[in-house]
Amino acid sequence: MDKNSNVYTFIYASVMVILVAAILSLAALNLKPFQNRNIEIEKKQNILASVNVQTTALNAEKVYAEKVIKSFVVNTKGETVDGDAFTVDLKEEHEQPADKQLLPVFECKLDNGIKFIVPMRGTGLWGPIWGYVSFDSDMNTIYGASFDHQGETPGLGAEIATKAFQAQFKGKQIYDAQGKFVSITVAKSNETAPENHKVDAISGGTITSKGLQKMLKVDLGKYNAFFKKQKNLEGNE
Amino acid sequence: MSDKEPLFSKKNLKLLSDPLNSSNPITVQVLGICSALAVTAHLKPAVVMSISVMIVTGFSNVIISLLRNTIPNRIRIIVQLVVIAALVILVDQLLKAFVYDVSKQLSVFVGLIITNCIIMGRLEAFALGNKPWPAFLDGIGNGAGYGAILVIVGFFRELFGAGSIWGFHVIPQSWYIANGGFYSNNGMMILPPMALVTVGVIIWVQRSRNRKLIED
Repeated sequence: MDKNSNVYTFIYASVMVILVAAILSLAALNLKPFQNRNIEIEKKQNILASVNVQTTALNAEKVYAEKVIKSFVVNTKGETVDGDAFTVDLKEEHEQPADKQLLPVFECKLDNGIKFIVPMRGTGLWGPIWGYVSFDSDMNTIYGASFDHQGETPGLGAEIATKAFQAQFKGKQIYDAQGKFVSITVAKSNETAPENHKVDAISGGTITSKGLQKMLKVDLGKYNAFFKKQKNLEGNE
Repeated sequence: MSDKEPLFSKKNLKLLSDPLNSSNPITVQVLGICSALAVTAHLKPAVVMSISVMIVTGFSNVIISLLRNTIPNRIRIIVQLVVIAALVILVDQLLKAFVYDVSKQLSVFVGLIITNCIIMGRLEAFALGNKPWPAFLDGIGNGAGYGAILVIVGFFRELFGAGSIWGFHVIPQSWYIANGGFYSNNGMMILPPMALVTVGVIIWVQRSRNRKLIED
């Protein structure tokens, strides 16, 4: 058959495309359960990392079951509402009006007390960034943080996922002395902010750093009512 | 028939070794510069990227070489693209399912492999006209040649830009100005332009040692 004829070219292209599509969809379908499981395990690892508990992919589920004693969903008024905290998809929630959003909270029991973990999601330079921040029971002091990203530049924006960056958050506070919500400033060297409300940005990763700062401010702000309520509760006990 | 030719004949070994030196894809053929600038801020992603590219160049060369007598000339570029893209997606899916942490590290680079000009350049220049085995060696050789430059650039950029190698700090803390020393990391090194300068220096060194490469 003439290899340069139109018929041959059309048939060749069609067969190739259908074949490749079949192989790829078969692979995607069969690998999906494994991939979803990996994602679930990673989420548990990230939650645990925010209370400075390091796990491997193998023991994450066991440790998670031990340490995370309670999880629930609140709304922006700080009231508990129905829902499964672990399966709440922040991306979908962010599309809802603020007062309808479900805000997950994970309660974690460590040797040095109960920690409250809240998830967050924002945008970096190339795509979404997300993370978990844990608080001491005063609902003000950060106990730990873990951040991750989809495709930030390695060596630059992707540094938000490193321990060195995340360790800066420990001990920082999100409310000032007057009890006003100030969040955390991810500061470049020419920016000033009170020491207990600021961490250092990543050189070369300004847009990711600022995206992280915005994520903290917006998503922690939604928990404002819950934090205040929880704090009063602690004070009365 | 050249079927009797040994697998690692002199000619075949040259396919492996030439790209490391006198026909290096980056410094001599000047292909794949874009990703060489993007992934070399630290050593580790550079190494992982090198290995991935080696795998993809090797296997896409073999597949195209097997198909070479059936591919209609007019759509050969598209056929090459489909083969590369399918291979990269397949690798990405497998990594996500079975070695999730490696896949996380590679993140965007896996997708970037598709756009790497070396792969298509080698398919077009070599695999279309050669048997599968030499094509495989050519692919691996070119992947390695690409990787070698990436690793060298990544090494220097991480050393001068972040003061570390493979994530371990090697510049003594007491040298830093913050600790009363005289040294400070060069922030320029972690930005892409310095990668281009580093590649330029490598080309300079290579050409001054190998006069044959100098054009008139």
